[in-house]
Parts: sequence; C-alpha cells; structure tokens
Amino acid sequence: MKIALPIKFVIICSFLFLIHQIVQAQDNEEKIKMPESNNVCLNCHGHKYFSFYNENTEINERKLMNPYFVIDSISYLQGAHQGHSCIDCHSEDYGVYPHIAELKIEPKLTCVDCHDFEAIATEVKKSVHMEAFGEFFQCELCHDPHSNKLVKSDMAELVRYNNNRCLNCHNDVDKYQVFTSHENPQLLVTHDWLPNQALHFAHVRCIECHTAVTDTADAVHHIVPKEQAVKNCNECHSENSLLRDKLYKHQLKEDRSEFNFYKSFIINDAYIIGANKNYYVNLISLLIFGLTFFGILTHTIFRIIKRK
Amino acid sequence: MSNTKLYLYPVWLRIWHAINALCIILLGITGISMQYTNIESPLINFNSAVSIHNLVGVIIIASYLFFFIAGIISGNVKHYRLLFKGLLNRLFKQGEYYLFGYLKGEPKPFHITKEEKFNPLQKVSYVAAMYVLVPAVIITGVALLFPEMIIEKFYTMSGIRLTTFFHSLAGFFILIFLIIHLYVITIGKHPLKNFKSIVNGYHES
Repeated sequence: MKIALPIKFVIICSFLFLIHQIVQAQDNEEKIKMPESNNVCLNCHGHKYFSFYNENTEINERKLMNPYFVIDSISYLQGAHQGHSCIDCHSEDYGVYPHIAELKIEPKLTCVDCHDFEAIATEVKKSVHMEAFGEFFQCELCHDPHSNKLVKSDMAELVRYNNNRCLNCHNDVDKYQVFTSHENPQLLVTHDWLPNQALHFAHVRCIECHTAVTDTADAVHHIVPKEQAVKNCNECHSENSLLRDKLYKHQLKEDRSEFNFYKSFIINDAYIIGANKNYYVNLISLLIFGLTFFGILTHTIFRIIKRK
Repeated sequence: MSNTKLYLYPVWLRIWHAINALCIILLGITGISMQYTNIESPLINFNSAVSIHNLVGVIIIASYLFFFIAGIISGNVKHYRLLFKGLLNRLFKQGEYYLFGYLKGEPKPFHITKEEKFNPLQKVSYVAAMYVLVPAVIITGVALLFPEMIIEKFYTMSGIRLTTFFHSLAGFFILIFLIIHLYVITIGKHPLKNFKSIVNGYHES
C-alpha cells in the first residue's frame, strides 16, 4: 500500500511532536533528591553491611548492619518525609561513629512534635495497644517515618501497604515479643473461620474489622480488643456495608453523585457479595421479573374470562 | 378423542427432576438472599445462605452430571436435539397457540408422542436451560467456589466480579425460566394435569 507524501509528512510530524511532549513531561517532573546531609547516615544505614576504619586495631572492618536499622532510600524518597534530613528528627551527634551510647536513651522527637494529631491521639488512647503498653506505644511503631506514605490510588496497594503495618509486628515473632511475652499469634489459625481467607487478606485491611466504626476517619486508630472485632459477615456483606465508612470512605467522598455507591463499586477491583450491586442491572432485572409476572397475570385473567 | 396415556417420564428422570427442581429453588432463594442481604432483616442469615448455596451447588453439579450421562445412555437426549429447519415457524405456531389458540379452545398444533415429548417452545427453552444456562451457572459457580483460581483482572475489571456477574445473570434467567415453566405447565385440560405427569410418569392427552 502506498502512502501519499503529505500523509507521510503528517504522520512523521505527529510522531516527533509526541516524542517531544513525552520528553518534556519527563523533564518537568519534579525530581525529589535525597538531602546531601543524609548521605553520611545512608553510607552505613542504607546498606546491609557497613565498613569503618578501626583506629584501635588499625584495620578497615566490615560489619553486618542491624536489619531493623537499615533504611531503604527508595522507600524514603517515596515517603511523606522525603525532603527531610535525618538530623531533623535524630541528634546531630549520630554523625560520629561509634555512636555515643547515651544517644540510645535520649528522648527522640516524636510525630506530634511537628504534626497536629490531636484527634488521632484521642482515638489511639482508646486503642487496645495503648491500654496494654501505655505511652511506650508510639506512632512510629505502625507508621515508619522513614517510609510512611498515603496510598490512595491503587486499592490493592492501599490494602497491602496498610496490612503490612500490622503484620510488621503481628507476623514477626521478634518484634511482637518486644511488647509482650505472649506467643506470636498464628494469624492464619486465628482467622481460620474466615471463608476465602487469602482473598479477604488481599482485599480488605485488618482495620476494617479491628477498629471501631464511627464517622471520623481518625477512628481507624481505635484498635478494639479482639473480642470486639467484627465477626458478623453481614457487617460488610450488606447494602449498608461498613466498608462504606472505612475502606471506601474516600472513594465515596470523591463521588457525591446520586448513585455514588454503585458507581464507585463498579470501578473498584473487588467484589463484595451483597454490597456492590449495580443500580442499572438491578433495575433491568426487576423490569424483566415484572414483565414476566405481568404476562402471566394477563394470560391468567384471559383464561378465567374465556372459561366463563 | 379418547384419552391416551403415554409413559414419558421414567423413574430416574422423575427423581432427577425432583432433585433438580428442589436444588434450583434453594439456590434461587439463597442466591437472592445473599445478593440482597441486609444486616437488619436478612431473608436468610448470610452465613447460612452461603453454606446452603455452596452445598446445594455441589449437589446440583452431581445431579447435572447424572442428567447429562443418563440422557445419553437412555437416549433421552434425543428430545433435546433441535431441528433448525423451520424452527422459527414452529415456535411461532406454538407461541400463537399459547397466546390465542388455547384461549379460543383450538386444538394443539403439535401433539405429544413417545418420539416428540416436547413441543417446539418447550424444546428450545429446555435446551437453553439445560445445555446453556445450567452449564454456565455450574462453570461460574465452581470457579467461585475456588475464587483464587480466577484470573485477577480481565482488562480493568476484577475477574471475580466478572464471574459473579455471569453467575448471577445465568441464575437470574434460570429463575425466569422456572417461573414461566411453572406457569406454562398449568396450561392444559386441568391446571394440575402436568404436575401429575411428572409425579407418576404418564402423560395423558
């Protein structure tokens, strides 16, 4: 097939314009850079191993970094504190190695020193965690400030990210036993009553069942005792699904149209029996049912009339 | 015309039909209950509805396999073979009889024999129900019993969501079939005549 010269010219120009736009868009993207001062810390804490010159032995030593003190620089740059220097929260004295022993027991800056989390704090105080561990239970135990971020766009990622906050301790014996001498809960066993367990774990957050239901978004910080956790399937699997006030709260807020619940549930990537019905499919099925009964009724009436 | 008695429904068929009917009614009720479940006033408790639906679903799979195999062995499957030539014409004739001819007391356009126990409309609707809708509801139902096997995404849509859509759609049309079937079998000399036939196996004309 022969393509006329002017058409060829238009195609080539369009292609070049597209390439130009893509390149420009990439250039315009704001590039977040790691603050330079962080490089000193990440030189060691950004890796599984670190090296230093031991003046006593006069040799270069290579040691294993405590895995809980390794900072993933990519997660850091994707997190909410991406522009911050380590010393914004940590003491400048950490610049010396070996670190000064007293630094470990010095009071650290906490989240509420910068953020106004009063409403959240009120809910956390009611939480089963706070009741058990008191002030020892701090925000960063769930929200790692080195990587914490708000995931909103991808529902599966949001669920996975949120659940990892819980699993971080509840699925790690070592971390779990920092707080309690109880044995690590066998999550799969304690949740064996839950049908399609893997699907539930992948599509809803732990906090859907393990937090109080109130109108405030901060209530997800009120973790209730396990005896009070939602165990009635109908709480989620119904038209008034509690997920409306939890997992899908933001999604529904964004779409305030008349059929928002139906619409929102059409675009999301999960299926909840009893909760996400499609308004239009419902209407059409009712219409078909209605027409069937109407047809039967009309025929019956004629049968009765004709019999007489 | 003298009354003739034809033995059309052997015991195995009647037992299967009874089991199948009971299963479809239970699946329909529990299915609707799950779909329109409400925490304040559920038709059936959600957990019970799920358990019954799953159990009866497994029974209907076995029942369908029995129907399928027994149909081939006994030759009953021949009644479900559609002859496409002139089918529309025959369907129209039968439809016209149900709508008008029957009410006017006209004779049936197609007489039931041992070889042709279904009229054209029956045949098409039974083929649609037993060889399209029921297999569709079974295939999607088995997939939903093992949802982790379903592909996660089909384009932008959840695979499970799509499967449930086809499952409910097929189930919905089976229920519509059931309602029409229950009404149409009352059309005859006596409204209960056909009910009697499926119990004792004899068709009386």
